[in-house]
Amino acid sequence: MERITLEFPAAQPARGRALCGVVGSGDLEVLLEPAAAGLTTVSITTSVQGMRRVWEAVLARILGAAPLPATNIEINDFGATPGVVRMRIEQAFEELNAGEGTTR
Amino acid sequence: MNSDELLRRKSFIELGARERARAVLDAGSMRELIGPFERFVSPWLAQQGVVTQADDGVVVAKGRIDGQPAVVLAIEGAFQGGSLGEVGGAKIAGALELAAEDNRRGVPTRAVILFETGGVRLQEANLGLAAIAEIHSAIVDLRRYQPVIGITAGTVGCFGGMSIAAGLCSYLIVTREARLGLNGPAVIEQEAGIEEYDSRDRPFIWSVTGGEQRYRSKLADAWLEDDVEAIRDSVRGLLRQGLPARHLSDRHEAFLACLAQLDAAEQARPDAIRARYQKGL
Repeated sequence: MERITLEFPAAQPARGRALCGVVGSGDLEVLLEPAAAGLTTVSITTSVQGMRRVWEAVLARILGAAPLPATNIEINDFGATPGVVRMRIEQAFEELNAGEGTTR
Repeated sequence: MNSDELLRRKSFIELGARERARAVLDAGSMRELIGPFERFVSPWLAQQGVVTQADDGVVVAKGRIDGQPAVVLAIEGAFQGGSLGEVGGAKIAGALELAAEDNRRGVPTRAVILFETGGVRLQEANLGLAAIAEIHSAIVDLRRYQPVIGITAGTVGCFGGMSIAAGLCSYLIVTREARLGLNGPAVIEQEAGIEEYDSRDRPFIWSVTGGEQRYRSKLADAWLEDDVEAIRDSVRGLLRQGLPARHLSDRHEAFLACLAQLDAAEQARPDAIRARYQKGL
């Protein structure tokens, strides 16, 4: 198990919170909550050791492209591939935008 | 079943624990208690290098069923095999205890438990076992007032101490994909030998412990297709029946008498087990 924390520039605070995914084989859980304007912090706990550079690259692609709402993102990963990581994070932001985080 | 029916059907098994709870409750009535953002995670898993889940794999959902107050306790089978540790176990036991307290104060809260679990979480050992014992006590307390409904939809099934919890419920709903047993197949194979019990022989395993077999052996009250509407309707139908005249667990003597007549020298066959229970019960 390894813990990784990364930071990215962000826009205004997110409104609401969202959850998706499950800590099951090849999957991950993503929790989004509002953060102060300007900064998104990602706290990752992963079952796979030594993948810090991959996480940096994957998250830079998702969060570094256009400024997304400022959030605290918690990721609990159980061996998800980069594609699954991307889909889960995008799914969480979509639920945030739709105003229907899974824990209403 | 033709492909049209298959496409029209909404699978229950494909839903996660939270969505299953939402599907069982009246539309729009769900409110989650002690939810993932409160982060009551297992304090023991991380110490052993295992990634935690924010809700410890248990969803406590308050809401309504048929307009009446209800609580649904859903176990997430994809997280650590749906295993019950200190936190997840306490969430279920606590919610059941509060439902019984509601009833003593005149609020007729009913409970539905979604069993998708291998039983105790080995990393939490006795704390998980103690929590499961508390769940057993809480079911027996609550079922004095209101039916407690168990659902084992699959595909994890329901094993270990939680299979006893399923046996204590007022009514148990299973699907064809469900399995119900005290010991899991791998444990039985290890103890009995592969000639007697091959845990990799899936048709054989389901023929002995699967939902249909358990229903036909009188250990479950409803045997359903994997369909959200069918499960919703069945829950409502059973709740309208009210408490059973006698709970399954109060009829243990009749089951034991059936078991006593089985010849252990012969390989037990699913049809023989069924016939024995159907005749004796």
